Amino acid sequence: MASTADNHYFVPHGAYWPLVGSIGLATTTGGLAVYLNGTSAGMTIMFAGVAILIVMMFGWFGTVIKESERGQYSAWEDKSFRLGMSWFIFSEVMFFAAFFGALFYARFFSVPWLLGEGSGASTHSVLWGTYSEIWPTNGPADMGGSDFHMGWWPLPFINTVILLTSGLTVTIAHHAVIKNNRTRFIWGLAATVALGFFFVYLQAVEYQHAYHEGMTMKSGIYGSTFFMLTGFHGFHVTMGAIILLVVLIRAIAGHFTPDRHFAFEAAAWYWHFVDVVWLGLFIFVYIL
Amino acid sequence: MSISKRFSAAVFVIASLTSIPALADWALNMPRGVTDISHKVFDMHMLAFWIMCVVAVVVFGAMFISILNHRKSKGAKAADFHESVAVEVVWTIIPFIILIVLALPAARTLIAQEDDSNAELTVKITGYQWKWQYEYPESGVSFFSSLAEESRNARRLDSGIDPNTIENYLLDVDKPLVIPVDTKVRLLLTANDVIHSWWMPEFAIKKDAIPGFINTMWTKVNETGTYRGQCTELCGRDHGFMPVVVKVVEKAEFNQWLAAQVESQDVQKQLAEAPQDTVEDAEKASAKVIAAN
Amino acid sequence: MNAAVAETDHHDHGPAPGLMRWVTTTNHKDIGTLYLWFALIMFFIGGAMALVIRSELFQPGLQIVDPQFFNSMTTMHALVMIFGVVMPAFVGLANWMLPMMVGAPDMALPRMNNWSFWILPFGFGMMLATLFMPGGAPASGWTLYPPLSLQGGMAFPFLIFSIHLLGISSIMGAINIVATIQNLRAPGMTFMKMPLFVWTWFITAYLLVAVMPVLAGAVTMLLTDKFFGTAFFTAGGGGDPVMYQHIFWFFGHPEVYILILPSFGVVSEIIPTFARKRLFGYSSMVYATASIAFLSFIVWAHHMFTVGMPLSGALFFMFATMLIAIPTGVKVFNWVATMWRGAMTFETPMLFAIGFVVMFSIGGFSGVMLALAPVDFQYHDTYFVVAHFHYVLVPGSIFAIMAAVYYWLPKWTGNMYDEKWGKIHFWVSTIFVNLLFFPMHFVGLAGMPRRIPDYAVQFADFNAIATIGAFGFGFAQLIFVYVVFKCLRGGEKATDQVWEGAHGLEWTLSSPPPYHTFTDQPIIK
Ligand code: HEA
Ligand code: HEA
Ligand code: CUA
Ligand SMILES: [Cu+2]
Repeated sequence: MASTADNHYFVPHGAYWPLVGSIGLATTTGGLAVYLNGTSAGMTIMFAGVAILIVMMFGWFGTVIKESERGQYSAWEDKSFRLGMSWFIFSEVMFFAAFFGALFYARFFSVPWLLGEGSGASTHSVLWGTYSEIWPTNGPADMGGSDFHMGWWPLPFINTVILLTSGLTVTIAHHAVIKNNRTRFIWGLAATVALGFFFVYLQAVEYQHAYHEGMTMKSGIYGSTFFMLTGFHGFHVTMGAIILLVVLIRAIAGHFTPDRHFAFEAAAWYWHFVDVVWLGLFIFVYIL
Repeated sequence: MSISKRFSAAVFVIASLTSIPALADWALNMPRGVTDISHKVFDMHMLAFWIMCVVAVVVFGAMFISILNHRKSKGAKAADFHESVAVEVVWTIIPFIILIVLALPAARTLIAQEDDSNAELTVKITGYQWKWQYEYPESGVSFFSSLAEESRNARRLDSGIDPNTIENYLLDVDKPLVIPVDTKVRLLLTANDVIHSWWMPEFAIKKDAIPGFINTMWTKVNETGTYRGQCTELCGRDHGFMPVVVKVVEKAEFNQWLAAQVESQDVQKQLAEAPQDTVEDAEKASAKVIAAN
Repeated sequence: MNAAVAETDHHDHGPAPGLMRWVTTTNHKDIGTLYLWFALIMFFIGGAMALVIRSELFQPGLQIVDPQFFNSMTTMHALVMIFGVVMPAFVGLANWMLPMMVGAPDMALPRMNNWSFWILPFGFGMMLATLFMPGGAPASGWTLYPPLSLQGGMAFPFLIFSIHLLGISSIMGAINIVATIQNLRAPGMTFMKMPLFVWTWFITAYLLVAVMPVLAGAVTMLLTDKFFGTAFFTAGGGGDPVMYQHIFWFFGHPEVYILILPSFGVVSEIIPTFARKRLFGYSSMVYATASIAFLSFIVWAHHMFTVGMPLSGALFFMFATMLIAIPTGVKVFNWVATMWRGAMTFETPMLFAIGFVVMFSIGGFSGVMLALAPVDFQYHDTYFVVAHFHYVLVPGSIFAIMAAVYYWLPKWTGNMYDEKWGKIHFWVSTIFVNLLFFPMHFVGLAGMPRRIPDYAVQFADFNAIATIGAFGFGFAQLIFVYVVFKCLRGGEKATDQVWEGAHGLEWTLSSPPPYHTFTDQPIIK
């Protein structure tokens, strides 16, 4: 293990997985584009692409895990991974910022303008004289669907509790791995994963409820922002839960030590990020 | 050619190009226009232009003095200063002052432009792919204004018609907007399909026509005449072919014109036809929007 | 994979043989090379599109292309030039130079580095493929404003996804760069000792990570508006087409500084070298760059003065935009002060750097004029804007990239390039680029809107001149290709330091540098 010396940075060679990843991404998005253009075969192509991506992730992460378990990474490489993960999460924050921005813009600018506030006086009087709905709204043209308000009680509130609890359990797991308490580590993780999937399940129930009430993605700006924000969040929760599941399996297989458990930490950071986004959603989408 | 000669050649090219606007003739520079606002805007533009010229002369001047004199081939030895807080502060503050000199009149002009109170006449403008609709809500007059026939024929791909033979090529319409002189006119602007933008350089007004929203602007023209502009927001295939033409006439003439529009059977017919036209177009457009969704 | 892992135990071998070297490489120099070649090829593709535009605009009347296709050319030209040329070229330079400048063994995340690059050909393959689709390539301008962009045909979803791919690529590239700078600097290289190219890239990478996801969000909303019935940009549903513009420009304005900050870095490396004098005001350069980056987040709506925003908004964005002239001015003044009383020589990189300072400033001056909201009502969406941004982008960013290539080419290849042809390249480019873009100021002021395939006859003369300039400038770039190939094939051997006045870690390495740079990090005192 000469290569782990502190002044010798680990530079891997011959990476095939990135190419596989690029092909996977192109196939997935290309397939989806074909599908959206009305050719149903596109779906098949897309799933083939997703399969390629999954193979890529197994292969790539598998390689990294092997290298890690073999002790080829020192604290130095570890720091690069940490930095990479933090900046990645920052980029995710900005991705959500775009949709939160859309929500704020709609609520504080476009809908009030359509209602005749501020510089929208003529907009209201000339074009949308009969429009009076404030929020939630499916717009002055009463775009498809209903503007049924998704209140914060009960499911969203339960989901908040679930996510907050899962934040707690993942922290318990973290303390446990540092103290080398394997049982508590594994149970903490398992609880987090379970709570995560339960959240996703409840979210699905919530969506059913919404669609039952006629509140869909097509329900004007309210439906658009609601489903875009909660949808992308739900997708992130699913990914986070899957990542934690992989970490759990590795933990059961005996991976991670008190001082080297970056994969777990990265998953935990990601989980906290998803958690915080939810709090934003809970306040700005459901309560206000 | 020696290096210094090459430099002087380059300096000459740049200098001679920059000096052209100084000989300003309307085809090189912004038109001064025919409204009080357009005069303000033009003065603002020239003020900014000359300030930029002065800054450029000072900065590039210092640089070229250095380039000509402090060269190794002339035996220059490099000095070794590389920091001075005092100097840095000075060249932070001076640009700041210059910017304030620009910002104050700009703010004043902007505020004047925004003040659309006390308008005497309102015209509603709607952008379509690819023509304008003008409506006079008070009198119910409404008509479309699209690219004039001659231009329309000449502008076809490989039409074989020389644009130089067409009067006001691409800047002429079948039916211009007509407004009275010396009257504050409020323009309500919207669009039917995609975003367009209504620009009249001589009045120094330009605003986007946004589907589902109304934008307002105003103008008060000092001189009668026919003025020409274009749509300035990319609105699809024929974006280049939807000119804006405004005929400014004496108030009395305007009233006559308007009355004639209201009364004349022609107008009635046009009103009957135009909406049909519109309905078709609107259908096409909405079909597109639906397809797009 | 196992073989690959096993290899890692001995670090001193060279590149893998054959074509697979380039496909599987994790070496920062290989990847840098890939990026740079990619950018060059895309430059010719984007340039060919520009030549189509210019040919159609050579004289009034429609002679060559259908208006729809013309709009596609405008759109694709811009997307290719921005995402396919300038950004990859800068990332390529970063890959090559950052590890060598900070004394790092490689980039921090080498495998991801490979991925960042290899997404690009796929992303652009998808984007360029739209040219051959029924309904034609996207034709709504590179800004993709709805509702117009939603009228796109089959090309539309491919365009959106290609932008996603390019975004993923640049985010990963940027993350790698930040991580390298934060984690892999040689002992003793404090932040305030980093070369300016490193600093500017550090800040650029931050901008990239912050705004590329916002672009991704914006185009995702376009996608759902078109295919899933959402109403973000439809007034009838309570949305607003202008909302898209706000989100887009929140990305778009920082983006233009992404396209220029690394140029500032390059020029700040080159001028001291050929002036044989230390850079004047190092720390103020750093603070100025940071201020520009900060300000770039609060000026976006200067692209939207005509959308009808409230007066207070217009005033705020006008003032904030004007402020950017101050830190940018500090940079320009520092460069001039660096040249002042130096002992200058004028090799090709220096010529390009000086050309950059002058012509970028001209573009900056017209930028300040555009920032004046009341007058922007006249400038907006005319060729005056086109003149502005080509001045900052072509004799700005592109010249800086050329300067960087000439500056470091001897280091990369071990051979000096042909100085005579380099200088000819500079002079021909400079003359034609001004012929190309300067007249655009005049036609813009005289009233010629942008994005039109045909124009009124009074604009004819200057358009003809611009077209001649375009072809001259385009063909001048063939000289560049010639010089690069000639240098690759051989030439006078370069010394390690290459330039008499060069300072910095990269010049302590051999020319060309070993495949693995600093396997043992140098210690900086
Ligand atoms: C590299 C890219 C780049 C850079 C660096 C800039 C720099 C600047 N830009 Fe530009 N811009 C673009 C790329 C860029 N721009 C693009 C691509 C568009 C069009 C997008 C589209 O619509 O498609 C655009 C459009 C654009 C607009 C919108 C115009 C419109 O559509 O109506 C505006 C308006 O404010 C603007 C302003 C500025 C300003 C104030 C700067 C400043 O940063 C400039 C600062 C520099 C200087 C001022 C020169 C040096 C300073 C001195 C020597 C000091 C002394 C000077 C003074 C005191 C004045 N730009
Ligand atoms: C970095 C960015 C960048 C660069 C480098 C350029 C470079 C050039 N640009 Fe462009 N341009 C933009 C960014 C850029 N542009 C943007 C953002 C827009 C706005 C788009 C929009 O409105 O949405 C725009 C729009 C734009 C327009 C306005 C179009 C319109 O409004 O309708 C024009 C018109 O002249 C133009 C011209 C040119 C020319 C002549 C060059 C030249 O510098 C190119 C140099 C030419 C070459 C390098 C050609 C080399 C080729 C050969 C020598 C021969 C061919 C051979 C083969 C193909 C094998 N550009
Ligand atoms: Cu209407 Cu452009
Ligand atoms: Cu900007």
